[in-house]
Amino acid sequence: MISFVNVTKRYPDGFEALKNVAFTIHSGELVLVAGHSGAGKSTMLKLIAAIERPTYGNILVSDQNVNALKKSMIPFLRRSLGLIFQDQKILYDRNVFANVMLPLQIRGFQNKTAAGRVRAALDKVGLLRKENAYPITLSGGEKQRLCIARAVVHRPSILIADEPTANLDVDYAQSIMEVFRSFHQVGVTVVIATHDTALLNDNRYRILTLNQGKLVV
Amino acid sequence: MKIWLSQHWQALNRALKQLTNTPLSSLLSIIVIGIAFSLPLGIYTMLGNLQAISSDTASTPQLSVFLKLKASQADIENVNSQLEEFPYIASFQFISKEIALQQLQQESNLNEVANNLPKNPLPDAFIINLQQILPDELENIRAVIKKWPEIEHVQVDTDWARRVDALLRLGQLAVLMLAVVLGLALIIVVFNTIRLQVLTKRDEIEVIKLIGATDSFIRRPFLYFGAIQGMAGAAAGWLLIALGIQAINESLVELAQLYETDFHLNYLSFYDSLSLLIFSALLGWLGARLSVAQYLSQIEPE
Repeated sequence: MISFVNVTKRYPDGFEALKNVAFTIHSGELVLVAGHSGAGKSTMLKLIAAIERPTYGNILVSDQNVNALKKSMIPFLRRSLGLIFQDQKILYDRNVFANVMLPLQIRGFQNKTAAGRVRAALDKVGLLRKENAYPITLSGGEKQRLCIARAVVHRPSILIADEPTANLDVDYAQSIMEVFRSFHQVGVTVVIATHDTALLNDNRYRILTLNQGKLVV
Repeated sequence: MKIWLSQHWQALNRALKQLTNTPLSSLLSIIVIGIAFSLPLGIYTMLGNLQAISSDTASTPQLSVFLKLKASQADIENVNSQLEEFPYIASFQFISKEIALQQLQQESNLNEVANNLPKNPLPDAFIINLQQILPDELENIRAVIKKWPEIEHVQVDTDWARRVDALLRLGQLAVLMLAVVLGLALIIVVFNTIRLQVLTKRDEIEVIKLIGATDSFIRRPFLYFGAIQGMAGAAAGWLLIALGIQAINESLVELAQLYETDFHLNYLSFYDSLSLLIFSALLGWLGARLSVAQYLSQIEPE
């Protein structure tokens, strides 16, 4: 469960990215966050992962108050999440397998157990054949799949994706969405920020729309 | 516990990998540390060797007691019996003026002089070997014996050794100061190496912070790297000194044969070597810790 209680985020330069936003996403939901660039989508996702801290208000993630978290506890909050970043944040100095291995490495997994999980995650996104490839050789869609594999390899209960289908052609975007849907079907809470109109016209999902930092009801 | 161990094992592996990934710069840093360490290490080893000789001599002092020239046989016996009851004396030996003159005549280059003397100018003497005592007590004994009416002069034969010993202690202080300064240099070298590493690994650190790596996880490989670098540097310094001692010993063998003594330099003891390695590893660790603390906090994901 993710809950925003009257959250305002003002950046040091005075820009208010979110203004008094309140909503609740229940566990197991798939929610799309819509709005044009600069509407506050990314800020919202960063607040969930404690990458940014709110100026006012409270944020609850899986019954933890994110504001009250000590700095030393933030890593453990992030471990309960699967994050897919707008700028991907892939490490280009290592192959696909090693990139997906990272979340398990920081948890101190034994290499054998970890390798099985990495292959399972790669299989799920259809990248198993490319495990030894270097990210530079991957297409845009494949890179996005790599990011998804890295976000789910540790089996988080919440998956958060920032513009996962941006810059992908329609077919690719749809297959990426299929992957998210499959996680949603096994009970993972999925939050996707997007301005992809094709996606937003699909009325199967709840949509939170942001406009200039305010939630449009 | 198993997870904790495997995390440390992985951190160690990553540190070693980092070391072998940049062999040239790693090697250069290690050599720099090694050379810096070899200076105090070398002086320390030399001092240790000299001290082994001088403290041996200085701690078993020897006195020469010269009687007045007009001393009679009764005076000699008097001194003899007083010495027998005197504390701290391990052994003593009487050398009469005749024997002293004979010894002087036997010294080849003084032969002529001694033979031409009109009368024996030498006094009767006692050579006293004392037990191991403190320098202050030695001075007391000297003063007491000097006050006896039959005595002309008391000389501490091992004064030179005491002076050398005192000088060596001064040398040790200098080594300590040098070691402190070069230990600081080690910290700085490691600090800088780690700073560069942190900066080149900026992306990786940012990503693993985002996916939930704890600070101690991020720090660990850098700390291992620093400790390994410090230890390897000290080992290089040790090797330099060991090679130096070996080379000196080879030429000392010839010199010692000429003087018919068995003199050679000792290597650094096992205990000293071990503490050197542990100490330098700690210093390297400290340098890495300071560096990481400084630069890791600057890398915050956006």
